[in-house]
Amino acid sequence: MAPVFDYAPAPESRAIVDIAPSYGLFIDGEFVEAADGKVFKTVSPSTEEVLSEIAQAGSEDVDRAVKAARRAFEKWSALPGSERAKYLFRIARIIQERSRELAVLETLDNGKPIKETRDADLPLVAAHFFYYAGWADKLDHAGFGANPRPLGVAGQVIPWNFPLLMLAWKIAPALATGNTVVLKPAETTPLSALFFADICRQAGLPKGVVNILPGYGDTGAALVAHPDVNKVAFTGSTAVGKEIARTVAGTRKKLTLELGGKGANIVFDDAPIDQAVEGIVNGIFFNQGQVCCAGSRLLVQESIQDELLDSLKRRLSTLRLGDPLDKNTDIGAINSEEQLTRITSLVEQGEAEGAERWSPACELPESGYWFAPTLFTNVTQAHRIARDEIFGPVLSVLTFRTPDEAVAKANNTPYGLSAGIWTEKGSRILAVANKLRAGVVWSNTFNKFDPTSPFGGYKESGFGREGGRHGLEAYLDV
Amino acid sequence: MPSSALTAAHPLKDVTASDSALRRFLHGLPGVDAVGLEGRAASLGTRSIKTTAKAYAIDLAISMVDLTTLEGADTPGKVRALGAKAVKPDPTDRTTPSTAAVCVYPDMVAVAKEAVAGSGVKVASVATSFPAGRAPLTVKLADVREAVAAGADEIDMVIDRGAFLAGRYLKVYDEITAVKEACGTSARLKVIFETGELSTYDNIRRASWLGMLAGADFIKTSTGKVAVNATPANTLLMLEAVRDFRAQTGIQVGVKPAGGIRTSKDAIKFLVLVNETVGEDWLDNHWFRFGASSLLNDLLMQRQKLATGRYSGPDYVTVD
Amino acid sequence: MSEKSEQQRLSVFKTYKLYVGGKFPRSESGRVYEVTTKTSAADAAGKGKWLANAPLSSRKDARDAVVAARKAFGGWSGATAYNRGQVLYRVAEMLEGRRDQFVREVADAEGLSKSKAAVVVDATIDRWVWYAGWTDKIAQVVGGGNPVAGPFFNLSSPEPTGVVAVLAPQESSFLGLVSVLAPVIATGNTAVVVASEKSPLPALSLAEVLATSDVPGGVVNVLSGRTAEIATPLAAHQDVNAIDLAGADEVLAKELEIAAADNLKRVLRPQPVDYTETPGIDRMTAFLETKTVWHPTGSLGASGSSY
Repeated sequence: MAPVFDYAPAPESRAIVDIAPSYGLFIDGEFVEAADGKVFKTVSPSTEEVLSEIAQAGSEDVDRAVKAARRAFEKWSALPGSERAKYLFRIARIIQERSRELAVLETLDNGKPIKETRDADLPLVAAHFFYYAGWADKLDHAGFGANPRPLGVAGQVIPWNFPLLMLAWKIAPALATGNTVVLKPAETTPLSALFFADICRQAGLPKGVVNILPGYGDTGAALVAHPDVNKVAFTGSTAVGKEIARTVAGTRKKLTLELGGKGANIVFDDAPIDQAVEGIVNGIFFNQGQVCCAGSRLLVQESIQDELLDSLKRRLSTLRLGDPLDKNTDIGAINSEEQLTRITSLVEQGEAEGAERWSPACELPESGYWFAPTLFTNVTQAHRIARDEIFGPVLSVLTFRTPDEAVAKANNTPYGLSAGIWTEKGSRILAVANKLRAGVVWSNTFNKFDPTSPFGGYKESGFGREGGRHGLEAYLDV
Repeated sequence: MPSSALTAAHPLKDVTASDSALRRFLHGLPGVDAVGLEGRAASLGTRSIKTTAKAYAIDLAISMVDLTTLEGADTPGKVRALGAKAVKPDPTDRTTPSTAAVCVYPDMVAVAKEAVAGSGVKVASVATSFPAGRAPLTVKLADVREAVAAGADEIDMVIDRGAFLAGRYLKVYDEITAVKEACGTSARLKVIFETGELSTYDNIRRASWLGMLAGADFIKTSTGKVAVNATPANTLLMLEAVRDFRAQTGIQVGVKPAGGIRTSKDAIKFLVLVNETVGEDWLDNHWFRFGASSLLNDLLMQRQKLATGRYSGPDYVTVD
Repeated sequence: MSEKSEQQRLSVFKTYKLYVGGKFPRSESGRVYEVTTKTSAADAAGKGKWLANAPLSSRKDARDAVVAARKAFGGWSGATAYNRGQVLYRVAEMLEGRRDQFVREVADAEGLSKSKAAVVVDATIDRWVWYAGWTDKIAQVVGGGNPVAGPFFNLSSPEPTGVVAVLAPQESSFLGLVSVLAPVIATGNTAVVVASEKSPLPALSLAEVLATSDVPGGVVNVLSGRTAEIATPLAAHQDVNAIDLAGADEVLAKELEIAAADNLKRVLRPQPVDYTETPGIDRMTAFLETKTVWHPTGSLGASGSSY
C-alpha cells in the first residue's frame, strides 16, 4: 500500500541548555582556574564538536579542595541531621526542576540517547538524593549502633558512563551521613558535575561541602593518595580499582570500589521468550553496553538456541542508531575515541579467535564515535570476548545444557557484579540466584536500578554497596 | 493472499486432534512475564512521531478504523449516518481516507451495506450472541448466517470464555471452526477473546494460538463492553502471536484492538507497536484494525491541525 | 605400695600437627620450631620452658590449606544456618569437656595463672556459643526487602565471601583466635588460620576439637609457623577471597594489603580490640557479600467485568 512508516526526526531541543565556553574547578563554593592554568576540552562524542573548555585540576588543586572540604567538615558534620536532610531535599527538587536541561546536557557530553538520560538517568539521580536526604536524620536507627559518625573528607572518583547518576550515588550518601566531598568526574564527561556545582549554589549548600575537580587519571590518583582524605570511593575499571587498593593500603582510609563485570544473562528453555529477548537487548545495548553490570554474556540453553537467536536478531534489526538527541534513538554514540578503539580491538580479536560476528544492517553516522550493535555466536569460555569486559554494544553468546552447567559457566569469571535468569519456573529462579556469585541478580528482568536497592560486586567487581541502607555504611565510622 | 486455514497436512494440525493434545500444546507455549511485556509496550509508547511520520500515521489510522456502533438504541438512521461518515470522514477535506469498515449488529447489516455501497468500505457485523456469547451454538451460527446473508464482509465473533476458562479448549476451537464455516468464502472472521475476561497474559497468548489454529482471519482483543479492553500490552502480545504463527505456518493473521482507544496519540502508539513488532506487512487495513467510535473524530481533528497549523475543535468535525 | 608407684610416671608428649582438610598432617617441609612458655617481663632475658615442637608451615602448606578450604566452601556455605549454629554450639560443648587441657595450654602460652587462664577459656567457650546463635540471625539483621519504586520484589541477603585467610592475633592465642575465627565460619565462609606465631599450641589443639565437633573437614584449616612466611602467599593467592590481618604488625599488614589488591580481597585491617568484650557484628559483616535479587511481580491480571 503506502510508504514505509519511517519516523521523522524528533530531536529534543538543545536550546534548553546553555553551555559556557569554559568552566573552572569548583572549590570552596567558587569556580576557579587550575593552579597551573591547565585546561582540556570536552567534546560531544556524537559529533566531535567541542562543547567547552574545562580547567584541569592538578595536585595543588587537589590539596586546595581537600583543605576546603576539611574546613567545611566541622560545621557540616555538626549540623543536625534534619538540616542536612533539607539541603539534600532541596538538591533533589532542583534536579527534578532542571531535569530536562540536565538530560540534554548529559546526552551532549556523554553521547547516550536522550531517551535514556530523560527516562532513566535523571529520574534516578533525583530519586537517589531524595532517598538519602531522608536518611540524614535517621542514622541512629540505621542499624549501625547509636550515633554513628561520618568519616571526614571523601575523595570520590566517578566514570563517564552515567556521569550524573554516579555523582548522585557518591555524593548523596556522603552528605547525608555528614561527610564533605571532593569529587573528580571523568575527563570525557565533566559537564554535568559542573552543572551540579551550580545546583549546590542554588540550594545554598555551605561552601566547601562539595568540591568538583575535573581532570584525568592523575588528578584522581592525587585525590586518592591525599593524606587528609578519610574515605575513597571509586567507580571504574578493575585495573584502576586495584591500583587504588594498593595506594590506600596501610592507611586508615575506608575504601569502596565498584568495578567491572562480565554479567551472565542465563536463558532457560522455559523462559518467557519475548521478554527474555527484550531483557537481553536491554542488558547489553542499554547505554551502548557501556555499563559495568551489562549482561554481556548470553548463556542460552542449547535446546532453544536457534529460536532465541532468530528472535534476537530480528529484534536487533529494529534498533535505531543515530543522533542521541533524537527521542527515537535507541543506540547513541560511544563515549570516546579511546573507548571505540578498545571495543574495535576486542571485537577484532573475537573474530580472529573464530567466533562468528553478526550485526544488523545499520548505517553509522560519518562523524563521531559509533559502533553497531554486535552479536558473537560460537563463543566459548576460552575466548577473550567471553572473559574481558568489552564495555560496548557487543554480546557474546554461549550455550549450556543443564542448570548446573549454566551456573558453573556464569560463575567462571574473576568478576561478580550482575547476572540475569530467565525461566518461568519459580523454584529454578531461586535455586540459580542462590548459586550465582554476583551482587545483583535480575530474574526475568535486567538492568533495573533503584535508590533503595543495594548495588555492588563480588570478587574483582569490587566491594562495598551503593544504594539502600547498605550504602550508608561506606560513609560511616562503623 | 495466503489461505487462512491450516492444511490437513500441516504438523500443527495434530495439536487440535484431541482436547488433551490441544491443551498440551497451548500450555507448552512460552510463558509471558507481565512486567516485561508491559514494560516493552510502555517503552514503545515513548516513541515520538512527528511531522511527516505523524501525517502518514494519522491517515493510516483513519483507514484502519472499524467505525463502530453497538448500542441497543441503534436505529437505521444512526447506522446510515455512521456509514456516511465512514465513507467521507471529513466532508471538508476530500483527501481524507475512508475508514476500513463500519461495525454493527447483525440486524443492521443490510442498512449499513446500503449506506457504504460502492465506497469500498466494508461492513463488519458482530455475531454469535455478542457480547456475552452465552447462547446455544445453533443460535450463534444462525446469527452468523443471517449477517453473512445480509451482506456482511466481516464477522466479529466472541469466543466462549466460560469454556476457555474451564479448560475446554477443544470446545472453543470447534465453535470457531463452525463459525468459520458459516462465514463461507465471502466473509473474513475476526475472533474476539475478551481479553479482560481471560485476565492473564498467558491466557491471551493461548487464546491467540487457539483462534489462529481454528482459522481466524483476525484476532481481536475485546468487545468494548467490559472494564479492560484493548491495551498496548495485550495488543503487543497478540502481535507477537501472529508474528510467530506466520513464522511457523506461513499464514498471516490480522489483529484488531478494540475498545478504549480514543485519541490519535493512543492510535499512533498502537501503530508503533505494529511497526516494531511485526513490521510493515501488517501496516495495512487488511491486517490491522482499530475497533473504535470516538477515535475517528480525534484523528480528524489532528489531521486538520497538521494541515492548518492550528488546533481544531469538536465543532469542526461531525458528530454522528 | 610397690616400687613402681613411687616413681613419677613419665608423661606422654603430644605431637602437635597442622590441621588441613580435616586431616592432621605434618608440614610438607618437614620443618618444626620450638614453642616455649611465655616468659614474663621479669625474666625476659631467660628462655621459656620448652613445650613442644610445632610444625613450621611452608607456602605449600598454605597452598594445600586453600585448596581444602575452597573444596569445603560449597558444602559449608550451602548448609542451613541452623545446621551451622548447631555445629558451632557443638564446638563449645566439646571445648567444655576439654576445659582443663585448654586452661593449661593457655596458661603456658600466655604466661597466665591457672585461674586467669580459666577465665580466658570460659570466655572462649562462651564466644562459640555467641556465634552459634548468630548463624541464623545475621541475615535478618543485615538483609531485607528493599521497597523499590516498581513492580518488583527486591531482596538483599548476605552471603559468605568465600575462603578467608585469618591471621590470628599474636597475643591472645585462644580467645583472640576464636574471636576472629568463629565470625568467619559462622556466616558460611571457610578459613585458613595462621596461628599465633609464638603461641600456636592452643590453636593446634583447637583443631582437634573442631575435628570432633561435626565441623566438616576443610572448613577450618590451621597452620602454625612464621606469620609473615605463611601470610605472604595467602595474601597473594588468587583463590583466597578475603584476609583478616589481626595478627599482622603494621609493616606486614601494609605489604599484605598491597598483595591482596591483586584480586581485590576484602581486607580487615588490624585494629586494637579488647577480646574480653562482647563482640559486635563487624567481624561477620566484614566477610559477607550482599546479593540483591529482583523479581517481577506484576498484577494478578486484567480484570474484566460482566455485563
